[in-house]
Amino acid sequence: MPETAASGASIELENLSKRYPGSPGPAVDNVSMEINAGETVIFVGPSGCGKSTTLKMINRLIEPSGGRIRIDGEDVTDMDPVRLRRKVGYAIQASGLFPHMTVAQNIALVPRMAGWPKGRIRERVEEMLDLVGLDPGEFHGRYPRQLSGGQQQRVGVARALAADPPVLLMDEPFGAVDPITRDHLQDELIRLQHELRKTIVFVTHDFDEAIKLGDRIAVLREHSHIAQFDTPEAILTNPADDFVSGFVGAGAALKRLNLTRVRDMEINDYPTVAVDEPLQEIFSKLRSSSTNEILLLDRHGRPYKWLRRGDLMRAKGALARAGTLVSDTVPRDATVRDALEAVLTDSAGRVAVTGRRGEYTGVVDVETLMNSVHGLLEADRLDAMAHRHDLAELRVTQTHAEQEGPGGERKA
Amino acid sequence: MRIPDGVTASEPAEEDLGGGPGEVEAEAPPPPPSPLKPRVTWQKLTILPAALVALLLATWLWFEQARLDAISENALSNGQVSKALWQSVELTAISTFFVLIIAIPLGILLTRRAFRKATPLAMTFANMGQATPAIGLLALLVIWLGTGMTSALVGITIYAVLPVLSNTIAGLKANDPTLLEAARGIGMSPWGVLRRVELPLAVPLILAGVRTALVLNVGTSTLATFGGGGGLGVLITTGITTQRMPVLVLGSVLTVALALLVDWLASLAELLLRPRGLGVGT
Repeated sequence: MPETAASGASIELENLSKRYPGSPGPAVDNVSMEINAGETVIFVGPSGCGKSTTLKMINRLIEPSGGRIRIDGEDVTDMDPVRLRRKVGYAIQASGLFPHMTVAQNIALVPRMAGWPKGRIRERVEEMLDLVGLDPGEFHGRYPRQLSGGQQQRVGVARALAADPPVLLMDEPFGAVDPITRDHLQDELIRLQHELRKTIVFVTHDFDEAIKLGDRIAVLREHSHIAQFDTPEAILTNPADDFVSGFVGAGAALKRLNLTRVRDMEINDYPTVAVDEPLQEIFSKLRSSSTNEILLLDRHGRPYKWLRRGDLMRAKGALARAGTLVSDTVPRDATVRDALEAVLTDSAGRVAVTGRRGEYTGVVDVETLMNSVHGLLEADRLDAMAHRHDLAELRVTQTHAEQEGPGGERKA
Repeated sequence: MRIPDGVTASEPAEEDLGGGPGEVEAEAPPPPPSPLKPRVTWQKLTILPAALVALLLATWLWFEQARLDAISENALSNGQVSKALWQSVELTAISTFFVLIIAIPLGILLTRRAFRKATPLAMTFANMGQATPAIGLLALLVIWLGTGMTSALVGITIYAVLPVLSNTIAGLKANDPTLLEAARGIGMSPWGVLRRVELPLAVPLILAGVRTALVLNVGTSTLATFGGGGGLGVLITTGITTQRMPVLVLGSVLTVALALLVDWLASLAELLLRPRGLGVGT
């Protein structure tokens, strides 16, 4: 798909504010933020903190009362909002599909408004349905009420992406579906984003969702003040203040483990032996190994049995009866948390790591796991400290500019 | 009246658990069947017309054996019956046309943000139009516009604006605001939102109002005779003043038949014009 390979556009918010007439404080107060092209940024915060308002100011569903918005360097603050919104995809909670239009008509809306030729629209609709994992032939002519909640949400995303906008705004899109479906939709979004590399701004109040989806997370407190804007790793290991750590919730270190895969960690080599090797060979390997245990692999190289030193003797040399069967393995793509879980439940505290086809690639045990995790957390902490330092500096220059007055700021 | 439900209401319970396209097929339960039912059933098409035909046939048979005296003959001959019937149809059709082009645009206007404040005022006027006894309204109009079809038409129109106006406003207001925001959010112009989303979703309620107005108009069109506007009312009043039952009965039966026929046609229109994909079947 050459056209969808186009990556996203950067977004800059500069001192963005929203004040409603008649309310004492601003709903959104002086938010500045730079979002890189192709990045997924999550706004997360408690209800009523202004995260949705901030999002809606980006496509000017809510007109900002102060500040500038730049998309791809272009100032869109005074642009015709209708023209702006056609370049910015928008997906909302409960999909926002129009009930009187079929799935295909819903998806075709934006391309039609953009004046695409009919044939191209038709192709595009099929392509989008395919992209979000719905069979075009089956779903094309359905009406939204004939779809499940999860399917509706997929169509909602397809509609938002139909005209291939560089920026996608998502306002709690998965808030109204059940946890299992939400999990799948999140996985789908990750896959999609991997293919498309759009700039996504995503609002949620679910911190776990934020960790799962975000390249960077902006934790917002009331009036949309940015409490911390950083990678999930940094926020988990080094929350900026009590508000953020309160929001991260308990078990931050455990949540952190979800972000790293086993393949990125240190995996031990372990003495192994294949089933079809002669018994003598196995004996000598057992004797010479540093551990008092070796891993027996089956014909396809998959972990089969753990063999201890005395096992073969006790089984009187019969390999079929000796040792304990491998009950649990961890694929390389599993998260470190999964690995930890497996190691903790294993009676001997070690688990075999397998590759794509289940073949043996190594072993992790409690000790190596602990070392890796500590290393991870330490590295995160250093990163976060560096980021915070940058942020503090930025703030200092900002307050400086404010004190200089608006004139001085313009010149700067 | 049925309020059109938003997208969120009444989802099928089943969920797709699959990840990729292939898995969806494998794991999702069979698609919700609900093929769109034909909207107009044969019962709907036949029962009422059959009843009407029976009614008219019975009236005709009764007239066959009835002995009509000179006065009755005089009131019914020379195509006066068909003329009165035609006038009634004309009055109903023209007044409904004016009701539509006044009430629907007004309703749309009154739900726009700039004019929303005027809604109570407009509704008061519309209410007054309907609360005034139709016959009194007609009398006033005759004083102002003189006798004839025009004053009758104006009277009937004023009388029937309210149901269409209030249903248009109710229909547009019942639309889910998040849906309208979604429409704006994907880049529809205000006019586009109105034309492609708001109005189609409000169609069921607006049509219900139109149906009410049509039936009202058939009824009030019989009063046109008092303003010299003609119509089936002529037969009824003649029947009463000359104390000739057959004339009175014919006038009433035709009025009833016309009202039922118009209502039936309007109900068909409601079914056919209702956007597909909205709410429960027929």
